[in-house]
Amino acid sequence: MALNDLLTGDALAWLGTEGTDSDVVLSSRIRLARNFRQIPFPNRADISQLGEVQAQVEQMLPGLEQGLGCGFDRVDMERLTPLQKEVLIEKNLISRNFLRQPQHRVAFISEDQCVSLMVNEEDHLRIQCMAPGLDLEKTFAVASQIDDWFESQLDIAFDEKMGYLTSCPTNLGTGLRASVILHLPGLVATRNISSIVNISPQLGLAVRPYFGDDKESIGCLYQIANQLTLGFSEEELLGNLKSAVQEIVAHEREARKALSVYMKDSLEDDVWRAYGILRYARSLSEKETLTLLSKVRLGIDLRIIGEVTAQCFPQILIGSRRSYLQNLAANENLSKNEIDRLRAERVRAVLQQCSAPKG
Amino acid sequence: MLCDDCGRNEAVVQITLLGPEGRVEKHLCQHCAANYGGYLFPTQRKDMSVNDFLKGVFNYAPEEEQKDDQTAEQERPQAPREDELVCPNCGMSYHDFLQTGKIGCSVCYATFRRQLEPILRRIHGSSTHSGKIPHRTGGTLETKHQINLLRARQQEAVEQENYELAAECRDRIRALEQQLALQEGGVQHGAE
Repeated sequence: MALNDLLTGDALAWLGTEGTDSDVVLSSRIRLARNFRQIPFPNRADISQLGEVQAQVEQMLPGLEQGLGCGFDRVDMERLTPLQKEVLIEKNLISRNFLRQPQHRVAFISEDQCVSLMVNEEDHLRIQCMAPGLDLEKTFAVASQIDDWFESQLDIAFDEKMGYLTSCPTNLGTGLRASVILHLPGLVATRNISSIVNISPQLGLAVRPYFGDDKESIGCLYQIANQLTLGFSEEELLGNLKSAVQEIVAHEREARKALSVYMKDSLEDDVWRAYGILRYARSLSEKETLTLLSKVRLGIDLRIIGEVTAQCFPQILIGSRRSYLQNLAANENLSKNEIDRLRAERVRAVLQQCSAPKG
Repeated sequence: MLCDDCGRNEAVVQITLLGPEGRVEKHLCQHCAANYGGYLFPTQRKDMSVNDFLKGVFNYAPEEEQKDDQTAEQERPQAPREDELVCPNCGMSYHDFLQTGKIGCSVCYATFRRQLEPILRRIHGSSTHSGKIPHRTGGTLETKHQINLLRARQQEAVEQENYELAAECRDRIRALEQQLALQEGGVQHGAE
């Protein structure tokens, strides 16, 4: 796939609407941090050492493509404009850390956009796998398979006692960071979200808003991830996260049920108003779009709205993002008003496109 | 006393401003005092990263360690002080690590093992890995791990009186133990 399609496409493979518990769990992600023996970690390596790492990964790639039955696109950070890099971040395909320095920073992104290998990020190799819905085991199996392939030919930094060695001691051991994106409008509306955010550290988990900051979350999206990486096996870490997520999912469904019973009229009004604005507005800010989108998704999941399918959600989510729109318009110098106008246009088009067939 | 700024509410805070017109003392109500937030809490930076936070955690380490060090130092008076330790592979000193919160290379973990272990216990609550093991660089750990798993299975089989399975496990354990002995011998011979 050409880089252009990667940037302008409006589908987010990892944010599909199918998958387990997809009414609440939008996406699962696994990240493994790996380093090669002897070569200093990227923050201390010189240019030739970084190049060596890149060459080693690159040489392993054809075999990996064969093993997975899936091609990879090579995305060289030195050749991208700042705007293009921002779009890849908005699409969750690379991390912000990756942009600090461009030299020998290369991402290999699978054709289905579910796997992203970052070379010379904080660690020599970051394997990131994503899937829609709650699917940590299978996603980990893919990441582990990729890890096995690299490990079959290259010497990975490993210590019998401390496990996989990583640049930051917070990733040491398994090098595993598993995270899940949750849509929690019910818990936000019933003001139960803070108790979940407060309890999670006791379970070794971190919950934070996906958009916005700690004071104010936008669009009721939250990310939950394991904090600890050492002293537990991968299965234990994933099991712990999964059971916490399932617990949250149960609470969220209960909250939604309560809302639809006790606040039926105001909830319906809220949902339809949100839909009306997205459907017809001529100018939308990012924050407004995400807030309204959350309500529309809730309406679809509760079968209040039948006119559009849930498929509009990922498309509007990416279609609301600033850099994505700028890149689409091929103009970096758009004013805020112009972007707001473009965004509204985009949202209207997506809703038109995702209209459910009547009858 | 009423607030100097709004003149409506009771003043609860007294602040002293040092400006171009000299020293100005103000008595403020809670509401107006909030407007001076920038002056009152200038050190609170918004963009405190995880690393900034970790730096604090790491810097805290040596103090606590000193207690164990006193006993350790008597045994090994030659041991270099930790801030003089330098990784032979990448040249990172322990001091660099305290500054950046980032490790330099895989050899650093061996170099600073003694200093890192208490830090790891503080971050993760543990300092021993119990997850996946790579085949190539995992050394004898993978074999040992397999032996442990087989022992557990053998025990289980005996309890269930499945002696056939138990015997099978026993044979495989023996084979693995021989392999382990060979590997360990090999490592010693091939030691750097």
